[in-house]
Amino acid sequence: MAKIINLTINGIAVSIEEDKTILEAAEKLNIKIPTLCYHKDLCVAGNCRVCVVEQVGSKKLLAACANPVHEGMEIETNSLIVRNSRKHIIELLLSEHNADCTKCYKNGNCELQELSSEYKITNSDFIDLVPSKNYQIDTLSPSLVKDDSKCIRCQRCVRTCSEIQHLSALSVAHKGDHMKISSFFDKPMNEVVCSNCGQCIIHCPTGALVERNYIEEVWDALADPDLHVVVQTAPAVRVGLGEEFDSYGSRVTGKMVSALKRLGFNSVLDTDFTADLTILEEGTELLTRLKKSIVGKENGVQLPMFTSCSPGWIKFIEHSFPEYLDNLSTCKSPQQMFGALAKTYYAQSRGIESDKIVSVSIMPCTAKKYEADRPEMRDSGYKDVDYVLTTRELAIMIKQAGIEFNNLDDEKFDKLMGNSSGAAVIFGSTGGVMEAALRTAYELVTGREVPFKNLEIIPVRGMKGIKEASVLIENPVDDWKFLDGVELKCAIAHGLENAHQLLTDIKAKKAEYHFVEVMACPGGCLGGGGQPIPTSPEIRAKRMKAIYDEDKDKPIRKSHENPEVAQLYEEFLGKPLGEKSHKLLHTHYTPRDRY
Amino acid sequence: MGKKQLRRMDLIFANDEDFRDILKQTLARPNEEIIEDMISSGLKGRGGAGFPTGLKWKLTAEEKAKNKYIICNADEGEPGTFKDREILTQVSYKVLAGMAVCAKITGAKEGFIYLRGEYKFLVPLLNQELDKFHSACSELGLKFNVKIFMGSGAYICGEESALMESMEGRRGEPRNKPPFPTVKGYRGCPTVINNVETLAHTFTIFKYGPRKFRDLGVQDSRGSKLFSVSGDTPTPGIYELELGMTVQDFVDDFGDGDTKAVQVGGASGFLVPRKRFKETAIGYQGKLTGISLPTGGSMMIYNSSRSMYNVLNNYLDFFQEESCGQCTPCRVGCQQLVKGVDAVKRGDKPTAYLDKLLKLTDTMKFTAKCGLGQSVANSFQSIVENFREEMIY
Repeated sequence: MAKIINLTINGIAVSIEEDKTILEAAEKLNIKIPTLCYHKDLCVAGNCRVCVVEQVGSKKLLAACANPVHEGMEIETNSLIVRNSRKHIIELLLSEHNADCTKCYKNGNCELQELSSEYKITNSDFIDLVPSKNYQIDTLSPSLVKDDSKCIRCQRCVRTCSEIQHLSALSVAHKGDHMKISSFFDKPMNEVVCSNCGQCIIHCPTGALVERNYIEEVWDALADPDLHVVVQTAPAVRVGLGEEFDSYGSRVTGKMVSALKRLGFNSVLDTDFTADLTILEEGTELLTRLKKSIVGKENGVQLPMFTSCSPGWIKFIEHSFPEYLDNLSTCKSPQQMFGALAKTYYAQSRGIESDKIVSVSIMPCTAKKYEADRPEMRDSGYKDVDYVLTTRELAIMIKQAGIEFNNLDDEKFDKLMGNSSGAAVIFGSTGGVMEAALRTAYELVTGREVPFKNLEIIPVRGMKGIKEASVLIENPVDDWKFLDGVELKCAIAHGLENAHQLLTDIKAKKAEYHFVEVMACPGGCLGGGGQPIPTSPEIRAKRMKAIYDEDKDKPIRKSHENPEVAQLYEEFLGKPLGEKSHKLLHTHYTPRDRY
Repeated sequence: MGKKQLRRMDLIFANDEDFRDILKQTLARPNEEIIEDMISSGLKGRGGAGFPTGLKWKLTAEEKAKNKYIICNADEGEPGTFKDREILTQVSYKVLAGMAVCAKITGAKEGFIYLRGEYKFLVPLLNQELDKFHSACSELGLKFNVKIFMGSGAYICGEESALMESMEGRRGEPRNKPPFPTVKGYRGCPTVINNVETLAHTFTIFKYGPRKFRDLGVQDSRGSKLFSVSGDTPTPGIYELELGMTVQDFVDDFGDGDTKAVQVGGASGFLVPRKRFKETAIGYQGKLTGISLPTGGSMMIYNSSRSMYNVLNNYLDFFQEESCGQCTPCRVGCQQLVKGVDAVKRGDKPTAYLDKLLKLTDTMKFTAKCGLGQSVANSFQSIVENFREEMIY
C-alpha cells in the first residue's frame, strides 16, 4: 500500500497517498484550484501555470497539478501572492487570445472565459498581442474548425492526439512568441492524418477547436415546405444529450424524440435500426469469411475481420495500416446504411421523391461529418446523408427553438426504420458491436442463445483499453457444421492508441483473432468527439451504464429479431449480402499518406 | 587601467601529461571517498545554477536502477559565454575523466556530450579525443562509452530537462520538476548532468585533492572559475579567476576606465551598475541577495556609450524568441515585456507602466516552469530599477 502523506492546505490538515499531487489533495478538501492545461484524460503538462499555489517557506510557487505532496507541506491556495500571480497569468493568456467572446462558438462553455469571469479581469492594461499575431483560421476540414486566435497553447489537443489517438495530427511548432499548435507543415486539417474524431474538440478548453457546424443548413431545410427532412439518431446521443440540460448519466431517448418532432423534422427515426441491419450484414460477412477460410481453405480471405462502424477508425487505418484495408468489413456504418436506405427504400415506401428528401443525422461524432462527405457515400444516387449534427449542435437547436427539454413528455420514434433492439443500442459503447454480433451470429450458427446470463456478454464490456473474448462453438446447426469446435476469438479496442497497439500485435503475429471491433474514441461512441463537453472517465462511465440499462429495458434484445429489419429484407433487400445490399450497404476504402 | 590585477589561475587549462595516471589512481579509490572529496571541495555547478556537484553524484549513486547516464552539458548558449568551447578544444580529456569517474561511482555505462549545434566544428577533434579516452577506459577496465549528441541551436536545450527531451527525440521543452534528473533523467533513468567546466574542475580535485580547490575562493563559493570577458574591455577573453572578487576589482582589472555597468551571468543574469560595483561580489554566497551573484561566467562590460534601453531590449528580444513557448508566464510575459518597454519609450504607455512590468517579472520569477522564464526578471529588474530614466527618455 502506498505511504500516506500528511500536509495542510489553507491550514486544513489532509492525508493522502504519496504519489498524489497537491491538486488531488485539495480536491479531497473540496478546495478548488483552477486549471486549464490539466485534464483527467491526459498526462500532466504543467504549462499553463494557472494552478500555482504557495508552499510556505518557498519563494517559488508550485504548479498544483504537477507537484507531488510531501510530508509536512503547508500549502496556501489563496494567498495574496497566489491571487496576484494567477490573475497575471489569466491576463497574459487573454492578451494573446482573441477574446471576442460574444461572437465565439464556445461562448458560455469556455474554461478561459469562466476563469476570467471568476477573477473579474475587467481592466487589464497589458498590450493586446492579437493584432501582431497573424492568426489563421482553418475551415477546410468537414469536421472541425481550428482557430489559432482562440488557442491558449495548453497542448491538451496535442496530448489528446498523441496519447489517446496515436496520430499527432496536431503538434507544437516553433518556439517563443511564434510557438503554435500546428499540423504537418501547417497543412489544413483535411490534408493531414487527422481522423476527424473530434477528441481534440472535447478536450479543448476554449474555442480554438470546435466542430464544423451545420445548424443553419438544417434550419433552412426544415423551413422549406417542399422538402421532407428525416432525422436519424445514433445510440450514444440519447445518453449524452441530457448533459447539455444538466442531467448526467440520464437516458433521454423519449425527450429527444419529442424535441426532434418539435423542431419540425418530418420523420424521426433511429440509427439503431440500421445498427441491427449492420449486424445481419456484418455477421453474415464474418461467417462467409470464416467459411471460405476454413472450408474452402481459400487464400486471400482476410482475417481477422475488422468492424467498420467508426469513421475515425477507418480514416486511421487508411493512414496508418493501409495494408489491412481488406480486413475491414465492407459494411458501411449504420449512419451511411441509413442514409442510403432513406433515399431509396424509405422514399419508395413513403412515396416521396428521393431528391425531396433531406437526410440529417444526429451523431456523437465529428468524424461522421467527414464520412457523410466521402465520395463513396453516394450509392443512393444522391448524397446519402446530407447533414451530420453532433449531440452538441442538436442541443443548440433545441435551445434556439425555446424548447424546455427537461419538461418534455417522452415520445416514440416514427415507424419504418425507427424500431430497434437492445443489441443496436449498445453499439454506442465499446464492445457493443461485438456483443450484438455475437448475440446474433452465435444463435444463427447454433440455434441457441449465447451462453451468457441475460444475454450480457460481460468479457466484452467495460473500459479496459484492449479486451479479448472467445466463444466456443459447439453443436452448430447443419449449415454451419464446419464451425463445430471452433473457438471464435475476438478482440475489442477503443481509442486509436489502443487500436494502434492491437494492430501492431496482430501485425507481429503476437495475437490472432477472427473478429476485431475498433472504436476511435475512448469508451466507444459514448465518448465521441461530438458529445457534450466536458468529458472525463467518470462521465463516460455514467453514459456507459445508461447504455446498458437501455439495452436491458428493450423488449427485443437481438438484432435478427427486429421485425422492421425482417420487413426490409422481405420488401426491398432480399437477403444479407444480396445484390441490393451490395450496391447500397457496402463499400471500400482508400490508402492514404502518413503525414 | 588594470592597475590592480586579479590573480590569474591556471588549473583548468594546465596541460596535465599525467592524465592517465590520475584517472587510474582515482578509479582505484573507493566511491565513498571520492564523493567525500567532491563534497568537501565545495565544487558547485559551473553552468550558473550552483548545485553542489558532489551531492548530485551522491544522489545518483544512491538510486537503484538498471541504467544510468552521465551527460556533459556542452550546449553553452548563454549570451556572452564562450569558455566551454575552449575547454573542449584544449583539455577535453579532463572533462572525460570527470565523466569516467562519475560513471564508476554511479554505475552508468553510457555518457553523452550534448554539444551546441554551433560547435559542430569541434566534432572531429572530440572524436579523436574520445577514441583515446575509450582505449584508456578499456585499459583501466571501465565499461563506459561516451557519444556526442548534437544540439540544434535552441537556447532552451541548455536547460537540463529540455536537453534530455531533445535527446529523446522530442521537442526541447523543460519537464516538471520533481522528479529531478538524479532520479528520473534521460530515458527516465537516474542521470548526472554536469556543465563542461564543472567536469573539468573535478579533474583538479582528483589530481590535487579537495583541499587545494577549497582553499581558493570564499565561503560557500569555493575554487576558481572561468570568466568569459567581453564588451567594452581592452582585454576580452577567457580568464580563470578566484570566486569571491568584487565587481569593482573585476572592473579595475578588465574595464576600459569608463565602465558604466557589468552584466554578470549573461542575459539571464544581473546588471550591476557602477554605484554597486564595490558591494557586489561574484560567487554563490548568500544566493540572490543582490550583493553576491552566481554566474555561469559571462561578464559583459558596458561603458558610458551604451544605452541601457538597447541593452535590455536586446536581452528581451532574445528571451522572447528563445522561450520554448510552453508556459504562459514565460511565453506571453516576454512578449509583454518587449512590447511594454517599447510602448513606454514611445510614450504610448505612462512611465508607471514600468512598475506594472516589474510586478509582471515577479510573477514570471515565481511561476515560470523553468529557469529561463524565472530568470528573465533578473536582467529586467536590475536594468529598469537602476536605469529607469534611460527606459523613458
